[in-house]
Amino acid sequence: MHAFFKTLVVLAAAAVATPAVANLAVFATVPEWGALAQELGGDKVDVYTATNALQDPHHVEAKPSLIAKARKADLVVATGAELEIGWLPLVLQQAGNPKVQPGQPGYFEAASFVTTIERPARIDRAEGDVHPQGNPHIQTDPRNIARVAAALVQRMAELDPADAAAFRARYASFDAAWQASTARWEKQAAPLRGMPVLVQHKAFSYLLAWLGMKETGALEPKPGVEPTAASLSEILAQQQRVPAKMVIRAAYQSDRASQWIAERAHIPAVALPFTVGGDPRARDLTSYFDDTIARLLGAAQ
Amino acid sequence: MLRIPFARAALASALVVAPVAHAASDAELSQLHDEISALRQSYEARIEALEARVKAAEAAAERASEAQKANNAAAVSPAGNAAAVPPLATAPPSAPSAPGSAANAFNPAISAVLEGVYSNLSQDPKRYSLAGFGLAEDAGPGRRGLSLGESEITLAANVDPLFAGSLTIAYTPENTVSVEEAYGIATSVGNGIVPKFGRFFSGIGYLNEQHQHAWDFYDAPLAYQAFLGGQYGTDGAQVKWLAPTDQFLEFGAEIGNGDSFPGSARNRNGVGAFDVFAHTGGDIGSSHSWRAGLSYLDTRAGDRDTTQFDTSGNFVDTRFTGKSRLAIADFVWKYAPNGNAIDTNFKLQGEYFWSRARGDLTYDADGSFGLPQTATYGAVQNGGYVQGVWQFRPMWRAGLRYDRLNPGNPDYGANAPLLAMPGFYPQRYTFMVDWTPSEFSRFRVQYARNDIRPDVTDNEWFLQYILTLGAHGAHKF
Repeated sequence: MHAFFKTLVVLAAAAVATPAVANLAVFATVPEWGALAQELGGDKVDVYTATNALQDPHHVEAKPSLIAKARKADLVVATGAELEIGWLPLVLQQAGNPKVQPGQPGYFEAASFVTTIERPARIDRAEGDVHPQGNPHIQTDPRNIARVAAALVQRMAELDPADAAAFRARYASFDAAWQASTARWEKQAAPLRGMPVLVQHKAFSYLLAWLGMKETGALEPKPGVEPTAASLSEILAQQQRVPAKMVIRAAYQSDRASQWIAERAHIPAVALPFTVGGDPRARDLTSYFDDTIARLLGAAQ
Repeated sequence: MLRIPFARAALASALVVAPVAHAASDAELSQLHDEISALRQSYEARIEALEARVKAAEAAAERASEAQKANNAAAVSPAGNAAAVPPLATAPPSAPSAPGSAANAFNPAISAVLEGVYSNLSQDPKRYSLAGFGLAEDAGPGRRGLSLGESEITLAANVDPLFAGSLTIAYTPENTVSVEEAYGIATSVGNGIVPKFGRFFSGIGYLNEQHQHAWDFYDAPLAYQAFLGGQYGTDGAQVKWLAPTDQFLEFGAEIGNGDSFPGSARNRNGVGAFDVFAHTGGDIGSSHSWRAGLSYLDTRAGDRDTTQFDTSGNFVDTRFTGKSRLAIADFVWKYAPNGNAIDTNFKLQGEYFWSRARGDLTYDADGSFGLPQTATYGAVQNGGYVQGVWQFRPMWRAGLRYDRLNPGNPDYGANAPLLAMPGFYPQRYTFMVDWTPSEFSRFRVQYARNDIRPDVTDNEWFLQYILTLGAHGAHKF
């Protein structure tokens, strides 16, 4: 009975103490920011990732589970540049959580800390699923990850001053390792420089720019528009004039269009993880890039 | 382009001056030298400033003419202008513009829905009636032939740090304009509380809150036609509270004027109707997600007009005064492999309605067939639907829906000889296929076999298009 009483006291104390040491609750819209928040926060953050690497990030619904998680979040980490335009505004409106509304410190948009590319000259849906603020797939360049990490650690420290020192220390070691890894990837990927490739969706513009590879075309006739027989034939004809070495797609995309081109053009079709969890080897941010480089090099041989 | 010759002339004349000052002293010479160099610097600075201004003006003119061209092209042939445009990096839209030019920077997000339909109905839609139910005027499959569907325009924006607002104006094919929704939302209350006020579609049921263009079939389920007059909107206030749990758990309550079917406008102060609802939901693995709900609506009607057939086969006007209560149970379950709905997905949804009405019913209220006669009325009725929609390949979906209504055994009191008929359960099978070439357009063909009354079947064909333009819509669950 005495032991039972002690257990009760301990449990009650734990229950009372828990809110005081509550972790920063992070709601990440996509796996890369979830992984980054985990790297920077360690055991001082509780990270929820709203989508997985096999989901098309443009086409997500405001599911009940997402609304429930956003209700309890201290910090929403989104990509921005309208990647989440279809669902995040609705989730945030229904969550009844003023802390994480746009404009508040609890709302963080990664794309506003990097220089986006491919800002469309024409903001017109006749051009497909265009993003006025530029290509939102910024996570395919590790230098962008570093920029976002630097901004994110500031934001986390601001929201959770008690753990700020721990966040900054973790950031310092993450950044050092990341710079070293980036240099290593650049060295490994040297043979890829100048290599022409086809992409299924314009999802790898930052990756190709970083590695100095050349995009000769996209299988989607317009961004977000499914390839048609006509558009694929056109790409195949172009392939005769400007031969690409491979066709790449993101893990979440159907392989039909890539395979069609790959078979006829006799080039490899490569599925890249695109983000953390995109394939079994992309377990965290570092292995995601390790795997991406390895797959590109493998296909280039 | 006069600036460069002018600068050269200025320098040349300065040089001409120099030899004239030959006899001048060293001090004067150096002073002159300083003056010339000052003059040169001053001119260079002015020239640079002028050049910068000219460049800025040229760039602005270019931008304006580009924008003009883009506008013209969009106006003439938005789809045909696929010709490659050089991907000029444009200024970030968020870049601060000069003060005074930002008068429209606060314009709300604007979106419009364009809808049209071709309907082929084997029964006269003007005499549409479901056995055992008095129907509101707007319930039913709509007109025959080609017509515009409901076109609507939505404006939405944050009002200030405390509120957001949204206005949806609907244009009907009959050239009438109505305010479909116009509400404010308090955005910063916190603790999961979201108050809403104005005119809005009620949160009861599952389909009710969605706009018609977001439905998976062209028309409303029979239960919505019979129990809610199509769709239940109200002028009033709503409060929703989201529980701080990992499991989605939401509670809501609404008060309203009660003007909408099954209530009616009663020229009274106070609250005309209230309802409460609760929703829960979540994910099972990464491929399944679901939501279920319970709702209860309590409203009153005063001289509410409906139509139905009497025992002699006359299509008569009936008028109800009394209380209506309605309970709804709803669920929706969605499946997408790994949560990626882009290739294939499946959606199963169903709702069950239970209603109780008590009061007085006037037979032949407009006196078309003789003398109006009022008697007591009481009915316990139920009905529902279940539907599945399957996206079998990208852009293509097929759906099947089954509707069934149970009119119960209404007590018509003294009107029983005129209105009471043997039990018949209206039911409907609906099949549809739609093609969604992009997120912003959809084309649908739908067929329904609608057993509305004993020995009366309405074969209903619909061809429908839905186009959405402007601000990106939300992907509602």
